[in-house]
Amino acid sequence: MKKKSSLMTHIAGSPYIIWAVLFIIVPLCMVAYYAFTDKSGNFTFDNMLSIGKYTDTIILSIWLGLLATVISLVVAYPLAMIMAAKGPEKQSRMTMLIMLPMWMNFLLRTYSWMTILEDNGLLTTGLNYIVDCLNTLPNVSLDPVHLINTRGAVVLGMVYNFLPYMILPIYTVMLKADRSLVEAAQDLGGNKLDVFRNVTIPLSVPGIVSGFTMVFVPSVSTFFISQKLGGTGTTLIGDIIETQFQTANNFNLGASLSFVLMILIFICLAVMNKFSDDDGGVVI
Amino acid sequence: MSNNIIDLKNISVSFDGETIIDDMNLYIRDKEFITFLGPSGCGKTTTLRIIAGFQQPDSGDVIFDGKVINGVPPHKRQLNTIFQRYALFPHLNVYENIAFGLRLKKTPEKEIKEAVTEMLALVNLKGFERRNISSLSGGQQQRVAIARALVVKPRVLLLDEPLGALDLKLRKDMQVELKNIQKRLGITFIYVTHDQEEALSMSDTIVVMDSGVIQQIGTPTDIYNEPKNAFVADFIGESNIIEGVMRADFWVEMAGHKFKCLDKGFGVDEEVDVVVRPEDVDVVPVEEAMISGVVTSTTFKGDYYEIIVEIKGFKWMIESTHNQTVGSTIGLNIIPDAIHIMKKSKYSGLYGDYSSFSEEFDELSDATYEEEDE
Ligand SMILES: Nc1ncnc2c1ncn2[C@@H]1O[C@H](COP(=O)(O)OP(=O)(O)OP(=O)(O)O)[C@@H](O)[C@H]1O
Ligand SMILES: [Mg+2]
Repeated sequence: MKKKSSLMTHIAGSPYIIWAVLFIIVPLCMVAYYAFTDKSGNFTFDNMLSIGKYTDTIILSIWLGLLATVISLVVAYPLAMIMAAKGPEKQSRMTMLIMLPMWMNFLLRTYSWMTILEDNGLLTTGLNYIVDCLNTLPNVSLDPVHLINTRGAVVLGMVYNFLPYMILPIYTVMLKADRSLVEAAQDLGGNKLDVFRNVTIPLSVPGIVSGFTMVFVPSVSTFFISQKLGGTGTTLIGDIIETQFQTANNFNLGASLSFVLMILIFICLAVMNKFSDDDGGVVI
Repeated sequence: MSNNIIDLKNISVSFDGETIIDDMNLYIRDKEFITFLGPSGCGKTTTLRIIAGFQQPDSGDVIFDGKVINGVPPHKRQLNTIFQRYALFPHLNVYENIAFGLRLKKTPEKEIKEAVTEMLALVNLKGFERRNISSLSGGQQQRVAIARALVVKPRVLLLDEPLGALDLKLRKDMQVELKNIQKRLGITFIYVTHDQEEALSMSDTIVVMDSGVIQQIGTPTDIYNEPKNAFVADFIGESNIIEGVMRADFWVEMAGHKFKCLDKGFGVDEEVDVVVRPEDVDVVPVEEAMISGVVTSTTFKGDYYEIIVEIKGFKWMIESTHNQTVGSTIGLNIIPDAIHIMKKSKYSGLYGDYSSFSEEFDELSDATYEEEDE
């Protein structure tokens, strides 16, 4: 991460500076301003201090976000590997298929999951039919399946919505990786597993790191998914922030929650980057 | 019977219906330095990949040490490769790159350290252990690749144009170094290049290839002095390839003169290709000459002049220590030893005329340029 030097070189390019000030620095300053002032604009720590009562929500958000990110990674990695190994024609077709759901409206996708997961929705009915069948067997007694308004449903919604952001960066890194490196590892006596462990995974770390960032950040701060799929039982930090702005009209508390969330996400990603050595190359 | 380490028997490969290697037969002796030489795209890398196990032949057998190893995966073959672009692991430092093969074999850490240190000394890279791969120069990367392959003690080392990316001076140094390493360790080197000088100076055996077919196998001297056809003659060094007719054993007629030569066994009046190397033509006064022609251009080459002479519509290249004036008529003599007769082949008439010299030269320099670009 040579942030400093890249910043220095960019100072020369003033369009970038204008862009950065307009869309990054100014909004950040505004968030900070609201976070540390009260309604009449006086400096205060009250907002920050009142965040304490949302600790559980924050922890739950980070936990579910992390879970969704890890599941996405587990699903995306083999998929990206398979895609990268295919011929160019199949590759573009598969990329297309992965992008396709993203062209549909985010709200629409989440509403569809709502109907699928509903108690008398397609999936639940099907699963409950199987449960009923199993229950006819001796010594088996399973509870009927309930999917909607659970944490599981929220995580599913996150994974479904953000999975492409995990697949694409990993796929891109794998595509760029030099095939002869794999051959070199085989040549030096590596079987398939050795090659995977010692070459494929380390070389894809930059992709994993950026995929992780791109799924984790929106997952932690989502509110719509949790409202639609999590019901009242699963309120996330995003929901609370939304409430502050939309209904409670308490911009200051909303801003300070965002501020804290931002810092927490930053810490999570910094830890992640630490683990992945120095060549992660993620720009947040 | 054999001290052959590798035999290729009737190997054929095609990609997308196009034949790349056509019924190749070749044996490679243990501990020899053998070079595949041929123009770009002739199938050199493909042949190496077949030997290394990265490419399965469509038909034919690869035999290693008397055993057919067709289906054996690369990691179980006792040979290692230096890839055309080194293929060093960018996420590992120099030490770890070299230790890679030993790590896979679960070698104890202490032995790894000893072996890596020894290898670094062998390739003159002491003190580079902790360096990043991306911080190395081309020549240094190249040597890391050599160390990485040699540390696992292969019986055969495959080298795919290992010096292609280096500048001339470094290339010469590395040629000597590689040859020394090969002799010292006593392992078989299978070397690929399209640089004929490199092939001539390093190899015990040269295999000249063109479009997937072996044109000639022999020692550097054989290949240079007795090329089998116009392609080989032209690819190895400069040659004038003139159409001639064998009038009798030891007598060939070309350029309107009957020359004495050392070749026999051709039919009477059989049409042949005659090779005369530029350095074997002597410039003499016109009245004493066997043939004569008009000088069309001369180029100073440092220790000699390259002179193009037109004789009966055919442009010869000769090398002489004395310059000649363009436009003047000079006489030329060729001694029997300098004449080499080849049977007609599909390459006849395609090579060895210097009329299109300047164009050919342009093409050549373009090709080198591209090569260095890679
Ligand atoms: N995997 C492949 N699929 C299709 N064609 C291939 C493949 N590998 C090689 N070829 C073709 O086979 C021919 C021989 O390639 P090869 O790499 O063996 O050439 P080469 O002699 O090593 O050339 P160079 O000196 O440029 O490295 C080329 O025409 C190339 O395009
Ligand atoms: Mg090649």
